[in-house]
Amino acid sequence: MSQADLTMVGHAPGLTTGIPPYSMTAKKMAIWLFIIADTATFAGCLVAYGFIRNGTVNWPRPFHSITNVALMTFILLTSSLTMLLAVRAAKAGDKGTAFLWTMITAVGGLIFALLHIREWLALIDEGMTMFHNPWGTGLFGASFFSITGLHLLHVTGGVVALIAVGARYKGGRYNADDLEVTGLYWHFVDLVWMFVVPFVYLLNLTH
Amino acid sequence: MSTAGEHKNGAMGRDLVVYLCLLALAAIQFVIAYQNISGTQMFVRMLIVALVEAGLALLFFMHLWSEKPVFMWSAGIFTVFVLLTLQYGWTDSFRLVNGAPWAR
Repeated sequence: MSQADLTMVGHAPGLTTGIPPYSMTAKKMAIWLFIIADTATFAGCLVAYGFIRNGTVNWPRPFHSITNVALMTFILLTSSLTMLLAVRAAKAGDKGTAFLWTMITAVGGLIFALLHIREWLALIDEGMTMFHNPWGTGLFGASFFSITGLHLLHVTGGVVALIAVGARYKGGRYNADDLEVTGLYWHFVDLVWMFVVPFVYLLNLTH
Repeated sequence: MSTAGEHKNGAMGRDLVVYLCLLALAAIQFVIAYQNISGTQMFVRMLIVALVEAGLALLFFMHLWSEKPVFMWSAGIFTVFVLLTLQYGWTDSFRLVNGAPWAR
């Protein structure tokens, strides 16, 4: 018996056998911990946004159309499905198909980001900045750009990760587990959008 | 006995159903946005739909359903606790507009 074994006597079986207590790989556990922490970050941002929106009388409602945000939602949801297909193909050992679906997911994310930037530019063109806008309190710009910007940063990071992990998976350096971990992150980005759309866009529609 | 191919097709079918449900729920949020109801009612309805969407995405897209229940419970309880503690300041935001009575 080694010294390490001797010092571990009396501890829970999970600690001595090397089997993780949640029966998942360290990579997967790490991304779940990141997701839990990031949930708190986005929730904090959305609650702060709700706080100031609720406490401000002249809150602007600048959105006239839902076309762009509906299209962005559709693309992001569909990219989650393509990510699932990529992971499923990777688990089945179909490397080519898994890589293809991963790249399709990345393209979906890229289109989403471009649509998002286009929307930002349109709002900036109408006179909206971080601290001023023609419709009401300047707090709107700060909260809108902060929340959607944070989400856009996640999408951009996700696209880079998808391309990098996809390429390394194809090259044989990464395996299906790595693709699954990236997929978990991508689904989380999609999940956050499900809360950003109603609270930041739909509640601020011009009627 | 089911084959691996049948199992794969079944799982794919479930993913597709969940995807269509998420699309439908997202569409419901857009419909709610055009309803002639108060801001509070609209917020509550959208929140409920968003929570259902998040639940579906977590359980099926992120495969939380197939993880060990102990992980789902420990991560879930911790996360929900943090999310609930974030809500403590709402009464103060009402005070900003309405001027009390909670903060007096």
